Amino acid sequence: MPLIELKHVVGGYGGAPILNGVNMAIEASDIGVIVGPNGAGKSTTLKAIFGLLRVTGGTIDFGGENIANSLPDKLVPKGLSFVPQEKNVFTSMTVEENLEMGAFTRSDDFRPTMDWVYGMFPVLAEKRRQPAGELSGGQRQMVAMGRALMSKPKLLMLDEPSAGLSPRYVIEIFETIVRVNKEGVGILMVEQNARQALAFASKGFVLAQGQNRFTGTGPELIADPEVAKSFLGG
Amino acid sequence: MDELIFFINRVLISGTVLGSIYALGAVGVTLIFGILRFAHFAHGDMMTMGAFVAFVLAAALTAMGIVTPLPMGFVVLPLAMIITAVLALGLDKGFYAPLRERGARPVTLLIASIGVTLMIQGLTRLIFGSGTRTFFESESKDIFRIDMSWAGGSRPISITEPQIIMFVVTALIVVALHLFLTRSRLGKAMRAMADNAALAQVSGINTALVVRVTWVIAGALACVAGTMLALDVALMPDLAFNIVLPIFAAAIVGGLGHAYGAIVGGFLIAFAETMAVFNWTAVLRPLNGILPEGMALPANLAVVPTEYKLTVAFVILVITLLVRPTGIFKGAST
Amino acid sequence: MSAAATTSPKGWDSPLRRGLMLFAAMFLVVVAVGVAQGTASMLLILVQATAFALIALGLNIQWGYGGLFNFAIMGFLMVGGASTVFLSYPVNAAFWDSEGPMMLGRALLAFLAGLVLVLLARQSHRIGLRGKAKTTLVVLAWIAGYIIYRSQIDPAAAYIESTAGFIGGLGLHPVLGWAFGGLVSAVIAFFIGKISLGLRTDYLAIATIGISEILRALIKNMDWLTRGTMTVSPMPWPTPLPQQLQAWGSSIPESFMLARVWFLVLATIVLIAAFIIVERAYGGPWGRMMRAIRDNHIAASSMGKDVTGRQLELFIFGSVLMGIGGAILATFTQIFDPSGYQPINHTFMVWVMVIVGGAGNNWGVVLGAFLIYIVWIISDPLAQLIFLNLSSLTESIGWGAIPEIDSRSLQMRVFVLGVVITIALRYAPKGLIPEVVRREG
Repeated sequence: MPLIELKHVVGGYGGAPILNGVNMAIEASDIGVIVGPNGAGKSTTLKAIFGLLRVTGGTIDFGGENIANSLPDKLVPKGLSFVPQEKNVFTSMTVEENLEMGAFTRSDDFRPTMDWVYGMFPVLAEKRRQPAGELSGGQRQMVAMGRALMSKPKLLMLDEPSAGLSPRYVIEIFETIVRVNKEGVGILMVEQNARQALAFASKGFVLAQGQNRFTGTGPELIADPEVAKSFLGG
Repeated sequence: MDELIFFINRVLISGTVLGSIYALGAVGVTLIFGILRFAHFAHGDMMTMGAFVAFVLAAALTAMGIVTPLPMGFVVLPLAMIITAVLALGLDKGFYAPLRERGARPVTLLIASIGVTLMIQGLTRLIFGSGTRTFFESESKDIFRIDMSWAGGSRPISITEPQIIMFVVTALIVVALHLFLTRSRLGKAMRAMADNAALAQVSGINTALVVRVTWVIAGALACVAGTMLALDVALMPDLAFNIVLPIFAAAIVGGLGHAYGAIVGGFLIAFAETMAVFNWTAVLRPLNGILPEGMALPANLAVVPTEYKLTVAFVILVITLLVRPTGIFKGAST
Repeated sequence: MSAAATTSPKGWDSPLRRGLMLFAAMFLVVVAVGVAQGTASMLLILVQATAFALIALGLNIQWGYGGLFNFAIMGFLMVGGASTVFLSYPVNAAFWDSEGPMMLGRALLAFLAGLVLVLLARQSHRIGLRGKAKTTLVVLAWIAGYIIYRSQIDPAAAYIESTAGFIGGLGLHPVLGWAFGGLVSAVIAFFIGKISLGLRTDYLAIATIGISEILRALIKNMDWLTRGTMTVSPMPWPTPLPQQLQAWGSSIPESFMLARVWFLVLATIVLIAAFIIVERAYGGPWGRMMRAIRDNHIAASSMGKDVTGRQLELFIFGSVLMGIGGAILATFTQIFDPSGYQPINHTFMVWVMVIVGGAGNNWGVVLGAFLIYIVWIISDPLAQLIFLNLSSLTESIGWGAIPEIDSRSLQMRVFVLGVVITIALRYAPKGLIPEVVRREG
């Protein structure tokens, strides 16, 4: 049974639906990458899973139940975590406090998880007492991911984690994502750097107008001439 | 020396009293703004409400023949704080929460808080009449006079018992608030939500709980501030409505959404007010000996006449808004 | 108003029909008040409600058209009142024969000198002062200007207050006084708008309420100008006073009725004129642009519209109506009492009128003004009635009478006002007659 499965998901912000039947299935071992043109409903798909917009049709199965329209404070304890694209750190709070907020739903001791996160991002351990707002863009992205990992998620969702980062950081972030995945966390992410992201994706989804257009492994999609021509810029 | 004693009595002590009251009120205003993003105009009336709760409790205890070494107003304070906190929760549930659920804009909530102001004012006057009451009907207000003759002063420094307790209570509350916001999980969650409400929600923070905690704290502090004001001056239905504006000024000067800023802002406004109406000739009189003939200090050398005391806060407010709208500390940006 | 809030929308879909029904209902309420309280009382309420309708129209321009928050309404009403005192109150010969005018002239010169000082300091970058140095100089100039002005105005004020009382008026026609009230309000609104319109809504609310309190403190304490708490009365009327009518042979009750009818006619003419101007402006290109700015600030400014300039126009326009309304109120009551102005009665009540009536819709706002004013007035006797009955009930069961019924029931109207706006926000947030959204093109 897949970790999460979307079946014919329809949804939007009231008004005309943005998602018109999205299908997806991700295993715990998968890195899923959603690509597609602007306005295809990529970020919207993540938000629909996370209860940030109204799902009016279809089902989202996670851990054996339909979680459509559940709110984040119910989803996070179930093992879902989300890194928004922008404003994804608490700028006035220290790095360590940011991580603590990621563990808000946990009642057990989260120190080991925090050590694990610091192990993954050593630079954050150095700056643990510094306000997150003072960090560089790449470091902020690490804080954001670290915060999301503090709840020990089964599935980590990232909305354009490489947006606005310099090429050096893009590679670093992607490497970290692969490392997180190796530790047993399923990944579902939206990416603009489509070619780069699909290269390490075990599941790739090409969305257009709120529907699946192509599905396959990342390398398969890159190799597909039609995908390459229409969605990967030739 | 007498000049200094006069200064301590008239500026230092009364400024600290007023500052404590402003600070505790402004913390509530700033927390509500940080979490719920609207200017809660009914905050002054929450203070009045709290003061009346304390008054009723104190009167009930006195009627039961209970006598305490401390002023009754302070003895009943913990219970009054709890009751006012519950009332504050009720106000939110009854008047603000339904509007939030509908997705109303913050400005609608602001207007709603005017409605709440009117209702509380009307109700308190309906129940208690519009006259003035005092906590010290059956007990006396002890005044301590610290003899300063050892330092060459002919007059004592005088301070009342409620004023001393007020300083202690305010200090305790400020420390407790600091520990809560920096050490406790909920306090940190509150700061997180004030910083970035959307991300707080995404992190799984129970935002409804944070909102409730905010009202509880704001209500409890409003009760303390209102009761202190009533203990220091007198209790009347329009008690706090008149100081809700300086309190907003304090919150804005400190940066809306910034709890420590509100405390600093409260004392800043209070001291600005007391010093602006203070007659500086009283302190500078010794200079008359140095000044050349015909240049004596005028009898009254106050920056503004006493009747303009309240406007000092507004002038500071307006200047802050013009020069540095985010306050002396950076306030909430959106 | 509960009738409108609870009726199903079916059959009410035509805004015109809905408006007509509501106005008819209001007319019935007015007649009922007339029957219950007598025609003279009803006329009194109507004149004041007319003035408040004018004020509410002013707020509608600012909030309904422009989305500008204004909590300084009370300040503008006071400015209007004080202005009409200055223009229409009889000339005070004691003042003009004394040293007063000279001293005031010197104070004015001192004020101008201070102003020049500040303006010069602000130009100090031309002689090479920048940053902190310039700021320091400007602050010093402000302080120097303040001291210079205080050194002249304090003795002048003390002198006038001790000899002539206050400067009195110019003895001109009250209608000129009303116009002057609008003019002074416009000038003050220009400065308030200049400094505060760039602020976000909640900051604007707090800033304007602060400015309103500053205005109140000034008008209340400048005894030499406004007589302060000693109040100015009797103010002359533009129409014949009851005493005059009595001299011309009317009976006493008749004279009061007739005098108020005349005043009502005049006030209504002012209201209708203002209404037509406001309504035309709203329908024209100017109003279209205003709504565009209100609904989408950023888009409008990116289209090259001068957003701040237009908002300033709105703010001034609205404040003029408030000033005129305040002047009419002061003239009608024949007394200018600065301590009689309260934020509840003069700022918040106008907000309730606009919100309940329907922000953005002039018909709605006028309806709201009349309705709320009547509710405000009749809450008192109604509460008294309830209290008296309750009191006799508690007495009969041995709990004793309710004390202070008079002052308590007077407070009832504050509570009622709060309840009304709460219900309106909850169940009819767009008001009784909502704004008609016109789609262009």
